Amino acid sequence: MGDILVLAEHDAGVPRRITGQLLTAARERGAGAVHAAVFGDKAAEGADRLGAHGAAKAFVWDSSEADAYVTEARTAALVAALQASGADVVLFSSEPFTTDVAARAAVRVNAGIITDAVDLEMDGDAVVATKAIFGGDMISRCRVRPGRPQFIGVKANAFTAQEAGGAPAEIVALDVQLDDTARRASVVDVVEQESGGRPEMTEASIIIAGGRGLGDAESFRLLEELADALGGAVGASRAATDAGWYPHQHQIGQTGKTVAPQLYLGAGISGAIQHRAGMQTSQAIAVINKDADAPIFSIADFGVVGDLHKVIPPLIEEIRKRRE
Amino acid sequence: MRIICPIKRVPDTAAEKKLDPADRTVDREQSDPVLNANDEWSIEEAMRISERDGAEVIALCMGPDEAQSTIRKALSYGLDGAIQISDPALHGSDAVATARVLAAALRQEQFDLIIMGNQSSDARTMLVPALLAEFLDLPALTYARKLEIDGSTLTVQRESPSGHVVVQAQMPAVVSVVEAINEPRYPSFKGIMAAKSKPLDVRDLAAIGVDAADVGLEGSWTQVVDVVARPPKEPGKRVEDDGSGSVGAKALAEFLAERKFI
Ligand SMILES: Cc1cc2nc3c(=O)[nH]c(=O)nc-3n(C[C@H](O)[C@H](O)[C@H](O)COP(=O)(O)OP(=O)(O)OC[C@H]3O[C@@H](n4cnc5c(N)ncnc54)[C@H](O)[C@@H]3O)c2cc1C
Ligand SMILES: Nc1ncnc2c1ncn2[C@@H]1O[C@H](COP(=O)(O)O)[C@@H](O)[C@H]1O
Repeated sequence: MGDILVLAEHDAGVPRRITGQLLTAARERGAGAVHAAVFGDKAAEGADRLGAHGAAKAFVWDSSEADAYVTEARTAALVAALQASGADVVLFSSEPFTTDVAARAAVRVNAGIITDAVDLEMDGDAVVATKAIFGGDMISRCRVRPGRPQFIGVKANAFTAQEAGGAPAEIVALDVQLDDTARRASVVDVVEQESGGRPEMTEASIIIAGGRGLGDAESFRLLEELADALGGAVGASRAATDAGWYPHQHQIGQTGKTVAPQLYLGAGISGAIQHRAGMQTSQAIAVINKDADAPIFSIADFGVVGDLHKVIPPLIEEIRKRRE
Repeated sequence: MRIICPIKRVPDTAAEKKLDPADRTVDREQSDPVLNANDEWSIEEAMRISERDGAEVIALCMGPDEAQSTIRKALSYGLDGAIQISDPALHGSDAVATARVLAAALRQEQFDLIIMGNQSSDARTMLVPALLAEFLDLPALTYARKLEIDGSTLTVQRESPSGHVVVQAQMPAVVSVVEAINEPRYPSFKGIMAAKSKPLDVRDLAAIGVDAADVGLEGSWTQVVDVVARPPKEPGKRVEDDGSGSVGAKALAEFLAERKFI
């Protein structure tokens, strides 16, 4: 026993990076079979390819209804997939909308639920999850009590996706019947901001973050240019989002997002405790700040004391040169 | 209309956290407890609705006796009253147990809308709003950065990674809010004085009909194996730029290359 069901994330059938990371984590740690659950428009298109990451079966609900309603249509699908698969562990991406789905499903199947895991180990049938608490001041290991389904949310970039060269996953079409409950909250419109092709911040392995030191909204274009040179996403401090220089969904910190990318590069950010609470578990931290006493230097692996407006343009040049 | 605002007492982010060696929980009372920042936005939103459309606004807090200072702080924003769920058996409750308790308390209440923060700064599970909605069998419009009410219809701009999604549901419903939704006011002197005499209804587990076996350290469906302070970081390398930018840029590029980011 001890099969694991991975709740896959995809864009119109193309698996997102986190999906490979979750499948890799499940495959490397679990003793039983690994399956995937794939919901939404065009879910069936890429589902068999999840076999390459180790999914034996893909439980698919290919329906635009998954995105026509808020949370509860997917909740019904997740419960159906869990029952069809017989798995007792669900791994999901610890991102806001998916966490809502997992939370509701966990209550429906009497599961224990843990979010934001950055590492997983097995103790018999139990998954022991490592996570940062109190803004990264403390590291905790926790688990679901024995005898219950285990729902574990995993943070992006906690694992490196590795293909296992498995056979295409066997597609199992789920028959999901939506009742009125599943339809009581509906999606009216989806408004996407121009992303410039940059990855989503919470999923990115590289984040370039800017703060008050940027001075104006225009300087964020410079930051975007640097992000593009490195293939990263752009983040911001509250001082920058409050000033309206960058949208709030990019705010990193206590009241914004918690990120743990492979590289956080902060420019013009002092490193207030509330900001650090959202980024201090990043794997590598580099900073540019003109004040040598800025607290951000105390957690940086590499710091440049200097004017970001002077340092960033030649840095972009240097990166482009080395990438040629 | 009656609006409930669930609020949490949390250790101040800046405070040093002390662990209780006995049961590996954080000694919250030793860590300058404050009102969870995100709950200030939900209170502000509730107060704006109340001032515009007329509504009774009630805070709901699961927390020990000491949490009453936090509840009074919440009341100082002008709320009408508060419910506190306090019971020694609640110590160590996880997100599911917390939501179960809040739901049980709310089953005894009449309400149209629950507005809450999208995350607590300490546990930061982001679970309680969806869990609470599930226990109460209500729709949840979470991560709201804009909330409109037209009759019994709620329309919310739900913050997404790449913009927002416009979503709708009928009241009663749960709404969780993000920081971008409003700019919270400061409590007025009058509000602070009035808060002292606002009704505070304290209930224990028996009063809300929750079995102590389903909550607390032992009753929660998850358990903590251990908690340790994050190991301190080795001091990093630092380079002074010469004012031209090129010295800093070269050194930083070198670091990025060493770490294989370029
Ligand atoms: C309840 C609460 C919640 C909060 N939540 C968050 C949160 O989620 N996220 C968050 O970020 N903050 C949060 N804050 C705010 C936080 O306390 C800080 O005020 C904020 O992080 C400061 O942003 P900053 O570093 O961009 O600005 P500042 O602190 O003003 O720092 C600007 C830095 O830029 C440097 N600088 C200026 N010009 C240049 C230049 N030309 N070149 C290089 N360096 C330059 C300066 O030396 C300075 O160090 C919160 C605060 C509270 C009370
Ligand atoms: N003990 C509690 N009492 C009342 N509300 C709570 C409690 N814990 C969490 N909440 C609510 O749930 C929200 C999200 O918290 P969390 O799920 O812990 O990140 C908070 O902003 C509060 O509104």
